[in-house]
Amino acid sequence: MLDLLSGFVTELRRAGLPVSLTEHLDAAQAVQHIPLEDREGLKYALAATLVKSSSHWRAFETAFEVFFAVRGGHGAAGDAGAGGDESDEVEPGTGEGGSRGKGKGGGGEGMTPEELAEMLFKSLLSADAALMNVVARNAVDRYAGMEPGRPVGGTYYLYRTLRNLDLDAVLAKLMGQAQAGAVGEGLTDLEERLAADEYKARIEKFRRAVETEIRRRLVEDRGAEALARSVRKPLPEDIDVMHATRDELAVLHRVLHPLSRKLAVRLARKRRHGRKGPLDFRATMRRSLSTGGVPIEPRYRHPRPAKPEIIVIADISGSVASFARFTLHLVYAISAQFSKVRSFVFIDGIDEVTRFFEGVVDPAEAVARINLEADVIWVDGHSDYGHALSEFHRRWGDEVTSRSSVLLLGDARNNYHASGSWVVKDLQRKARRVYWLNPEPRDYWGSGDSIVGEYAAHCDDVVECRTLRQLEHFVGNLT
Amino acid sequence: MNAGLGLPDAGPPRFATLDEVRSGLAGVGYLADESISGVVYLADRLSKPVLVEGPAGTGKTQLAKSVAELTGARLIRLQCYEGLDESKALYEWNYRKQLLRIQAGEHGKQEQEGPSWKELEEDIFSEDFLLARPLLEAIRAIDPVVLLVDEVDRVELETEALLLEILSEYQVSIPELGTVRATQLPMVFLTSNNTRELSEALKRRCLYLHVDYPDLDREREIVRARVPGISEELADQVARIVRSLRTLELRKAPSVSETLDWARTLVILGVETIDAAGARDTLHVLLKYQGDIERAAKELLSVS
Repeated sequence: MLDLLSGFVTELRRAGLPVSLTEHLDAAQAVQHIPLEDREGLKYALAATLVKSSSHWRAFETAFEVFFAVRGGHGAAGDAGAGGDESDEVEPGTGEGGSRGKGKGGGGEGMTPEELAEMLFKSLLSADAALMNVVARNAVDRYAGMEPGRPVGGTYYLYRTLRNLDLDAVLAKLMGQAQAGAVGEGLTDLEERLAADEYKARIEKFRRAVETEIRRRLVEDRGAEALARSVRKPLPEDIDVMHATRDELAVLHRVLHPLSRKLAVRLARKRRHGRKGPLDFRATMRRSLSTGGVPIEPRYRHPRPAKPEIIVIADISGSVASFARFTLHLVYAISAQFSKVRSFVFIDGIDEVTRFFEGVVDPAEAVARINLEADVIWVDGHSDYGHALSEFHRRWGDEVTSRSSVLLLGDARNNYHASGSWVVKDLQRKARRVYWLNPEPRDYWGSGDSIVGEYAAHCDDVVECRTLRQLEHFVGNLT
Repeated sequence: MNAGLGLPDAGPPRFATLDEVRSGLAGVGYLADESISGVVYLADRLSKPVLVEGPAGTGKTQLAKSVAELTGARLIRLQCYEGLDESKALYEWNYRKQLLRIQAGEHGKQEQEGPSWKELEEDIFSEDFLLARPLLEAIRAIDPVVLLVDEVDRVELETEALLLEILSEYQVSIPELGTVRATQLPMVFLTSNNTRELSEALKRRCLYLHVDYPDLDREREIVRARVPGISEELADQVARIVRSLRTLELRKAPSVSETLDWARTLVILGVETIDAAGARDTLHVLLKYQGDIERAAKELLSVS
């Protein structure tokens, strides 16, 4: 058990979770108090001692599923052979050779697709968890077409299984059933919506059952540690924004809101505390009256430092777009920390988008509107930094003052147009600071049509900003 | 087990089994899921504080209260806020009383020889002049106590350090007096609304419990347990509507306490089944932003 635990902790550390030695010891102590056959109990004991942030929960859960997968018949998290990388045993039922075609000929337990679909429907209708698991097992047998020994994480198997089951159609059928079952003139809108949500939740549960089943088999096939390597995903704050998949972007959107709120709170506090102003003589004297005229507690004035003005100029073409959106979102979420925020977006034309953010409670809404309404196309909709920057200079150049900090966002891939770097030079002369945020890895800078070097000469700093963590760090230092 | 760490004797465990925690909490009206009861059980066994994190209104504070009620312990609560310092959290010398004492000594001197400075110093830095604040109070208590440090994320990062000694060693060091050790180990709960990252040092010393919105079944049970006179059908409907609301993208999803408020409202209004119009009229109990209310009404109730 202790070996298994150290393997698990090592895996968590590889996934990027900060697990200290004390926490490892705590976990070892905690599991002694949990009956071994209680898998859920074990999970919570490990979670309580090893994971100290809710955003790490997903990474923990994945690793847990792999390391403490429910094995075949004997349900407990038995520790035998979990570390064995070479355990090649495959369940007889899955008997599909590596060379055979997909789906066909899988030695399922004699269920036709129709029977399977019927059973799935029944299990979802009655929310019967045990039946759901049976269906999941059979569905994986039949459709996943798992091939032993392949170093994959199982996403493809999951996709294949679910595509064959056609869950959307099942949902429609369930809804039809609900409609038919209603008395009188059918369901009201509210009831329909509630039923739909209920069934969606059940289908989600089933999906997870299938996923667990696939993981279990992969662990049996290749061993926990090998699989853990394939299913490991970066923590939300470490996802590379430019190359994020759609799922990852969704994760990013979810963490962005709490992240920006935390940043705002931290900055507001930093402004209010931290520095002490000069002695407030009046207040100190007033205070000393309660101690008989002895000034025990000195009082200080609160300094009110000037707030900087921010001008964001962001490239929103193609792959840089999601990065620009995150940055705008973050800047506006903490806009209370700035005296003024103005934002401009460009591709080859440039447009001011400050108005979208005015009076909007949630920056995400405004960011969504930018895509639809901003007028950023001049000729062909390919990035042209030179034209966009000179256009900015012509229309708004005079509004940059010595109080403004200018943030330029983009990969500086200019499609071999003129760079227009004289604008940046002029901005630097006028503005307090000019920063360039580049969402590309530093190694790629200057390769191909990237001309970030030309601009860098006139910027106070050029920052690599690929992940939310880096972005948060940069924005936090702005004020 | 704890002797090697120099901790006070942990005493007999408060709970014999995991199930006892769960049924016990249910007995005092707190429906814990497996992770909650599991962590409470472990906290007792390992003598470690519990850091409870989660959205507002999911019963984090209530958990500490319920555990106190269950174990028959006194609840000592430290409400955190910005600017909390050690004189409010740990202890404070009673300056005014000390000053009076010194002045009284001076007056006495005119008639006869007053106390020497040394005596006086020993005198004014004794327990008589010490004002115990919640943390010290919890440590000094002889009867069983549960210490609740509420909304610990509100204090500044530097102030967190105050908690470290008490959380790991169950002791408080006062320079003038020496170290005060706990005579019995209190159960400690810290709650956080996650408005900022807590320091690693603090997290390392605690068991971590993330309390999220309950699932449908548990929420229904909670409504039935906490709202007297609610019918099973209405409780079910309430729980299902709230679950659907939480899937919408709202600024502030309805919390458990708001669900309970809503259920109580419906009971008082004598509603037996919720229809779209009835839900619309009482939605403001559940949602606290106008934008959210409008969105929910549009998406869920198809009225605008």
